[in-house]
Amino acid sequence: MADLIGVKPVFLWSDLLLWALVAGAVLLALYCRSQDYLRRAWRRVGESSAAMASVTVLAVFIAVGLLDSLHYQPRLPAKEGSSEIQYAPEVLSALDALFADLRLNKEKTYSAPLATHGFAKETMERDGVQMRDYPRLVFGGAHLDELSQHDADLRSRALSGAVTGLLVWAAFTGLVVGLLALMQRRSYADTCRTVWRPRLSAERPIAWGAVFVTAAVLCVFGGVIAAWADGYHVFGTDKVGQDVLYLSLKSVRTALLIGTLTTLVTLPLAIALGLIAGFRGGWWDDAIQYLYTVLNSIPGVLLIAAMVLMMQVIIDTHPEWFETAAERADARLLALCFILGLTSWTGLCRLLRAETLKLRELDYVQAARAFGVSDARIMARHVLPNLMHIVLIALVMDFSGLVLSEAVLSYIGIGVDSSMNSFGTMINAARLELSREPVVWWSLAAAFVLMLALVLAANLFADAVRDAFDPRFQWRARRTLKRAAA
Amino acid sequence: MIAYIIRRLLYAIPILIGVNLITFVLFFVVNSPDDMARMQLGAKRVTPEAIEKWKAERGYDRPLVWNTQAAGLAKATDTILFDKSMRMFVFDFGRADDGRDIALEIGNRMGPSLAIAIPTFLLGLFVTVSFALLLVFFRNTALDVGGVVLCVAAMSISGLFYIIGGQYLVSKVWNLVPISGYAPGLDASKFLILPVLISVVGGIGSSARWYRTLFLEEINKDYVRTARAKGLSELRVLFRHVLKNAMIPILTGVVVVIPLLFMGSLLLESFFGIPGLGSYTIDAINSQDFAVVRSMVFIGSVLYIVGLLLTDISYTLVDPRVRLN
Repeated sequence: MADLIGVKPVFLWSDLLLWALVAGAVLLALYCRSQDYLRRAWRRVGESSAAMASVTVLAVFIAVGLLDSLHYQPRLPAKEGSSEIQYAPEVLSALDALFADLRLNKEKTYSAPLATHGFAKETMERDGVQMRDYPRLVFGGAHLDELSQHDADLRSRALSGAVTGLLVWAAFTGLVVGLLALMQRRSYADTCRTVWRPRLSAERPIAWGAVFVTAAVLCVFGGVIAAWADGYHVFGTDKVGQDVLYLSLKSVRTALLIGTLTTLVTLPLAIALGLIAGFRGGWWDDAIQYLYTVLNSIPGVLLIAAMVLMMQVIIDTHPEWFETAAERADARLLALCFILGLTSWTGLCRLLRAETLKLRELDYVQAARAFGVSDARIMARHVLPNLMHIVLIALVMDFSGLVLSEAVLSYIGIGVDSSMNSFGTMINAARLELSREPVVWWSLAAAFVLMLALVLAANLFADAVRDAFDPRFQWRARRTLKRAAA
Repeated sequence: MIAYIIRRLLYAIPILIGVNLITFVLFFVVNSPDDMARMQLGAKRVTPEAIEKWKAERGYDRPLVWNTQAAGLAKATDTILFDKSMRMFVFDFGRADDGRDIALEIGNRMGPSLAIAIPTFLLGLFVTVSFALLLVFFRNTALDVGGVVLCVAAMSISGLFYIIGGQYLVSKVWNLVPISGYAPGLDASKFLILPVLISVVGGIGSSARWYRTLFLEEINKDYVRTARAKGLSELRVLFRHVLKNAMIPILTGVVVVIPLLFMGSLLLESFFGIPGLGSYTIDAINSQDFAVVRSMVFIGSVLYIVGLLLTDISYTLVDPRVRLN
């Protein structure tokens, strides 16, 4: 296998879990398709323009995150006279391969977005005279002979990038409309007309218009950025000269992992304990209630801090467990997800317990009991499916809170490994940059824009899911997650 | 009422014991004191003597739960569990790594924490409730929609950006207030005004949106229609009737955090250099001062439990239908 593709695939634990999660999501989607009431609820999500626009944005983020979760070690050039194949020690991802230009085109230090010259003056020799001036960048604008071309070059690149983006968008739209026509067995032109009709109708229940408009905006922006990125650092470079655009793309994976993997811990705990407490009652109930009251009464950040400190001690005292730095950072990320999960299941558990208490008294559960169906089977077959909407809503609503808390935790120093790219580490570094003269604002701005886009899309999507699945339930309690930190 | 309060306080004891056990397991069982010593001393200076010295300085050189070498009652008391964990019940936290008494330090730092937390809390509550009422007053208009969009956008921005951006703009670009620092007494106001404003602005988004839904729920009820039918002005309906009745769910979220105001705010205090409990905690986390983190966990849960009790009592004050028993 490794010989065939010329690289050695590396499976980090977080990659495996993330892909397992994707598989789980696909299975869940198939299950939803087979259940009428779930399909109708999802259709209500599809009716919301805001939700469909958010889904489009989220899809881009997820694509970036998944690409960044295919890791490998590249093959080193073979040594003279040795047939042994050797692989580089550094672990790269498919995203790194795709954006190799961004990763490899480094400058010496800071440079402003789209700049042609460095950020700080350097001593250099020109025409035999020593002078201090801003040096030309190694990569940014290096293709320009005359500096006066800079503006014109940017303009022409922006134009061609936008045109390319529009072409991509046209292809995407055409493909989607074609697929829709195929699925609904209608003519292409007919589908085209209904898809663009502003009002929703029985023929077109899903707000495709919002998808296409969002996709158009994304494509144009993406096209322009891609065209610029070919010759410049679009978001500038950081202290060691790395491209900030590349760093912020790499941060997406961390944010997605924190937001999703945490649920792998939260859900089993909350579902199992909530079900048992509500269904069994008695001392089970007392014990579980005691457990979550105790956990709940410790302020979230402090509990996380205490657990992370202990995890650090374990990782630091066992360096032999990890072969590469990437593995250690990965283990730390997973541990962080685990800790966040351990501290945040209580809210969902309480909700599920209360709902189970209600369901337990319903006639069909009583009937199942009378038939002698075992407790475990009643819980699995008759109670759990009726709790799933709460679980789903909690899942999507927690996502944005977790992404935000990652930034705060990394800032405090109890988040991800400092060698790992994340929005938190970017913001942390940017704090010192703001006190420089002239000010270095671009890494902060890049982290701000990407985080805002991700969290806003997640929030809008979560709102639509909540309204579609359970409009009347009061969901405030879950929102308080790590607000205490801010 | 008094019997109820006493009973609730008794309920708190097993919970605090649970919290105490969790911290004990986390800080002493998951990692032995030896591991912590190795980590703090750094790889280079680790010798068995250094570890012993480190442990002896902090009183970690005793058995965890049962001292077989001691006599009589000391078998149970001359242990880490008793000395480090159980003593917290009488607010005796021992000493921090810099040798200072933690309880004393906490007492000293409460003042600055409260100086920033209380104005933030009051102003924040006032501003968010007013903003939500404003949105409800203009419900179903463009103003309402715009306000909600603004709220969702505001709650999607990390609190870090509010602090970094606000500090940069107000202190550095406009030079209105000092960037960071603290002075006792009235001089503190010039250091406090910016953090207070920032956290009020940063908190508007999620709270105002939540209050707005609460108010909208109330506004469709029969008594509101009756009030309108009596000819009351819309403003009067909102303030005298809707606000009053929506107070109950608002109280659940609000009263519980009042005791936690003592803990201060981690981020604000560390950004603005305010010597409160929040920055104390952050410093302890960064320097891995386990004793301080342990103490703050304990204090935090005590305050939270007090908050729950206050919440229940406040229910009876705003809603005469609720009886405590």
